[in-house]
This record gives sequence, structure tokens and C-alpha cells, in this order.
Amino acid sequence: MRHMRKSLPSRGHKGDKPMNDVIIIGAGPAGTACAKKLAENGFSVKVFDKRAEIGSPKRCGEGLSEASQQFVGKIPDRCIAQKIKGARLYAPDGRYLDAILPQGGFVLERKVFDKWLAEEAVKAGAAVQANTFISDIVKDERGYFAGVKGEFLDNEFEEKTKVVVCATGAESPLRHKALGVFSKVNLIDSCLQYELTNVDVVSDLIHIYLSGVLAPRGYVWVFPKGEHRANVGLGIIPQDKKPKAYLDEFLKLHPEISKGSILEVNAGCVPVGGMVKDMVANGFVLCGEAANHVNPIHGGGIKEAVISGQMAADVIAECLKKNDVSKRALSKFNDVWWKERGDHLKRVEKLRETLEKLSDSDLNDLVDALKPEDIIEFARGAKLSVLAKVLMRKPRLVSIARHLL
Amino acid sequence: MTWNINNNKCLRCGGCVSVCPAAALELKDNIIYDEKLCTLCGICEKACPVEAIKVTNQ
Repeated sequence: MRHMRKSLPSRGHKGDKPMNDVIIIGAGPAGTACAKKLAENGFSVKVFDKRAEIGSPKRCGEGLSEASQQFVGKIPDRCIAQKIKGARLYAPDGRYLDAILPQGGFVLERKVFDKWLAEEAVKAGAAVQANTFISDIVKDERGYFAGVKGEFLDNEFEEKTKVVVCATGAESPLRHKALGVFSKVNLIDSCLQYELTNVDVVSDLIHIYLSGVLAPRGYVWVFPKGEHRANVGLGIIPQDKKPKAYLDEFLKLHPEISKGSILEVNAGCVPVGGMVKDMVANGFVLCGEAANHVNPIHGGGIKEAVISGQMAADVIAECLKKNDVSKRALSKFNDVWWKERGDHLKRVEKLRETLEKLSDSDLNDLVDALKPEDIIEFARGAKLSVLAKVLMRKPRLVSIARHLL
Repeated sequence: MTWNINNNKCLRCGGCVSVCPAAALELKDNIIYDEKLCTLCGICEKACPVEAIKVTNQ
């Protein structure tokens, strides 16, 4: 029984390099979660990551709810920059509401966190290799994806495998090459973030500023990282006026933040919808942010990536045991993911679409009408009917509410 | 008809790669551009968080 053997690459013909059952491209939360689970099931798996240092540079505000540990595992203290009690939600007029989470959350240190996730995969039996650029995915004589071409330092190599997992994030053309997948420009938020030191903010809350003027469609976030440090950034619908101009305007209004010094600048485009319908091909699976598996309302991707990677691993393990990695067999991942996560995230996307239609004065009323528990519901991805109920509390918003029901 | 990137402005975030409908872009050390695939649609310029890309289509 192949799958009973513990994580040793098999040898094909004499003289061939040992072949891994699965090659994963990308050692972010999706890739390493997938690798860990496959290795735990006895499969040999290798993860390649393009970056010289796994987890760095970050493209992330680094917030994560404590409840996510249900999927991620118990996060060691060294990965946590600041423990958080909840979120402070600011209306455009400056009034705010605190939503204290029953379990709280974290602002992480991603480069420590991602390395920890990679270590967990390695402990389970997977191999991980940083600084390895995968230039192409190659097919075998049957037309199945069955290997990768890559570069590590000066060496170009080609490695064969049974299944290729693309967990590259949205920023790779490999998902396009395999499945024709790319992110529609109106379904990404264009983001810019500074990591600042010497700022004065309430440090045990994350701060969310809603305003179509400050950040059209998106929001401004201030995520404290302890010791007067914070990630301060925003995401907006792509347009001619760039995130930097908006961030400058926000900082001008907040001397307690703009007095800080910039330690790091991060940019990125985060998918806020358009979850990929069909994520598999013969010998190939797309998961995590590469499949746009991101929460469309807040743009958080860590939890979704881990769940997606684990679900992909379960299906791949089953397929490898049956020695069938055809598109038909792997398409169980489509069924499982859409049932468990996709339909839910689709509802969240609808909620986001509704919220982005609200004007700043609507948003003022909305924040006024919100109760702390509503915010928690929204972040999880409540049904539109919950939003409708909130809107009904304000006479001016009743017409929008009726439209939702 | 040209596609240009200012590597001093570019933060290597790969946002342009994620929205390219033609798979003409790739992020290695810098953004790699394949003019054979590019249709000069300008979507990458729109998505870029920092005005690093300029596409002129005339």
C-alpha cells in the first residue's frame, strides 16, 4: 500500500530522481496546510516557494481571529505581534463602535508565522524549499499535468510528480497557464500599507475606517503590532487615483499615526470575489488565494487559504489512493469546497456588493444602527437579511433594506 | 503602442500579474513582460497600487 509508507519519495526507473507524489507551488498558508495534511497521510510532498525568505515581504495586514486556530492550529507566541480584543469600527463622521470578539484575535508577524506553518509541514514529513522559482508546469504523454520546471540559485531543473498543486496566490501566471484563471480588475482591491513605528493607537483593538471618500469600496485599517508599531493601509477599487494618494489623505487627518516612521511599505491586489468555479485539471489543483479564496468583505485570506489547502489535500489523498488523478476524480474538490466554503463566501460577496452602494451618510446611519454583535456577524459573512434587519432600524435606510428582502 | 514599467516605483507586489487577462506578466526579481502576449489593454496600469506601469495605446 503506497499511501501507508511514510513520506519517502518513490523511485521510478533505475537512475531516475526520486519522485514526489505531490509538488506544491507556493509555501504560503494554503500550500503548507495542503503539504502538512498530505504528509500526515503518508504521501511524499515537496513545496517550492519563490521567495528568498518564506513569508517576506508580507502582503497582508496580518490580522487573524483567534477562532481561526481551529483550522490553523495553536499559534505559538513568537508569531504574534499583538493580541486583540476586537474591532473598532469608525463611521465616516468619526463616530465609532467597538465590537469585542468572544475569543479575540491576533495581529501576526507574518514572516515568523509563515515559517512556523512551513516548519509544521516539514515536521509532518513534507519537504520545503525557498528561493525556487517555478517557471512552468509540464504535462506528460497523457496530457496530465505531471511536473514542474524551476530554478534554484544557478540550477535549472525539471521534476516529475503525480499531482501539481498551484498555491501561488493571485500573483502568478501559472494559474492562467493551467486553467485560464485571472482576477477581474473590478474584483480586486488595490492596496498599499505602511508598517509604522512610533504611532499612538489603542493597541488591543484593530481599527477599521469605513468611508467611500477615504477608501472607495474598501476601508482603511490600522492594525496595532505592539510597542507603538502598526500596519496602516487601505484597499480601494482600482482607478486612476492610486492608494498612495488616499493613504496620504488619511494620514493627514491622523497626526497620531502620521508622526510615525515607515519601517516597511507593502503593496498588493487582493481578490474580493470571483471565487474560481472549476479549480482542477488532470493532475492539477488550484487552491488558496490563487483560486480567489479570500473573504470578500474584509479581504482576509489566511483562514480561507488554510481551509482550502486542507480540503485539497483530502481530495488529492483519496485520488492518489485510488491511483486516479484525473480531472473527474479531482473535481470532488470543487464539490466539497463550494459546498463548505464557496456558497458562504458568495453570500459574503453579495453583502459586500450591497455595502459598497451605500453613501457616506448611509454608512453614518448604518454604524449608528449597528450593534457590536452585528459587526461580528458581518465579518463572518452574515446573510443579507441580517443587514436588512440593521438597515430597518433607520427610517432613511428602510428602502435599501426592503430591496434586500 | 508601448508598455512601460518604472522599476524604481514598482514594489514587486505582483498585482499586475494577478489581473492580466493575457498571462503576459510574471513576477520574478522584477516584473517580466511578454510583448508577444500583451494586448495593451491597460488593466495592469489600473490595478497597480503605485503608478509604476504606463501603457500607451495610440
